[in-house]
Amino acid sequence: MNTTTFLDAKGLACPMPIVRAKKAMKDMQTGEVLEIHTTDKGSVSDLTAWAASGNHEIKDQQQESDVFKFWIQKG
Amino acid sequence: MTEQKKTTIVLFSGDYDKAMAAYIIANGAAAYDHEVTIFHTFWGLNALRKDEPIKNNKNFIEKLFGNMMPRGADKLGLSQMNFAGMGPKMIKHVMKKHNAMTLPQLIDMAVEQDVKLIACTMTMDLLGLGEIELLKEVEYGGVAAYLGEAQDGQVNLFI
Repeated sequence: MNTTTFLDAKGLACPMPIVRAKKAMKDMQTGEVLEIHTTDKGSVSDLTAWAASGNHEIKDQQQESDVFKFWIQKG
Repeated sequence: MTEQKKTTIVLFSGDYDKAMAAYIIANGAAAYDHEVTIFHTFWGLNALRKDEPIKNNKNFIEKLFGNMMPRGADKLGLSQMNFAGMGPKMIKHVMKKHNAMTLPQLIDMAVEQDVKLIACTMTMDLLGLGEIELLKEVEYGGVAAYLGEAQDGQVNLFI
C-alpha cells in the first residue's frame, strides 16, 4: 500500500480521530492514501462511517494489539 | 460535488456534560463536512461567557443573575452527580486520564472548524448578559436565524 500521508491518532478520544482525519484529507489529492493509527475503540466504526460519507474508500484495515490501522483512499 | 449538508444544534442547557455532548457532535459534524451552527439560548449562553468578571451597566436583578450563573464553559456544573462542584472536578480528572477533550478545548476546536456559534439575543436580555461578556467569535440572532438554518438541516438537535 502506497501511503501518501500518515496520521498518528493514537491516544486521541472521540471526536478527534475523524477531526484530524478530515484535516489531513483536506491537503491530499484524489486517489492518495491516508494511513491512520488509532487506539479509540469507537474509531473503527467512526472512521468507516466517515469514509463512506465522504466517498473515500477504506483499502485496508488491520489491528495490532491495541492499535487500529486504516488505509483510506481519498475519493 | 454533493450539496452542502447542515447540522444545527440548539444548546439550551448549561450543564458541562450536555454542552460537551453538543460540542462533540458539532465537531464530528464539521469533520463530516457539514455546515454546523450551534444556537445558544437560556442556560446554554453560559458556555459562551468569558471567564473574568466584566463591567457592564446592570440593574440589581441582572447583577444577581450574572453573579450566580457560571462564568464560562469551564465553570459549568454537571446535570447529574454535581455534588456541589466535586462532580466536575472528578470528571475532569477522569477525562484527562482518558485523553478526552475538555469543553473549552472542544469550543476552540469548533471555532477552528468554522462552526457558527450564535447567541440568542432575547434570552441574553432576560439573563442580563451583554455582548462584551461573551466570546468574540459569537454571532447574534433570534428564532428566525435558527429556523433559517434548521429548515435546510439534515441533523437538528435540541440539547
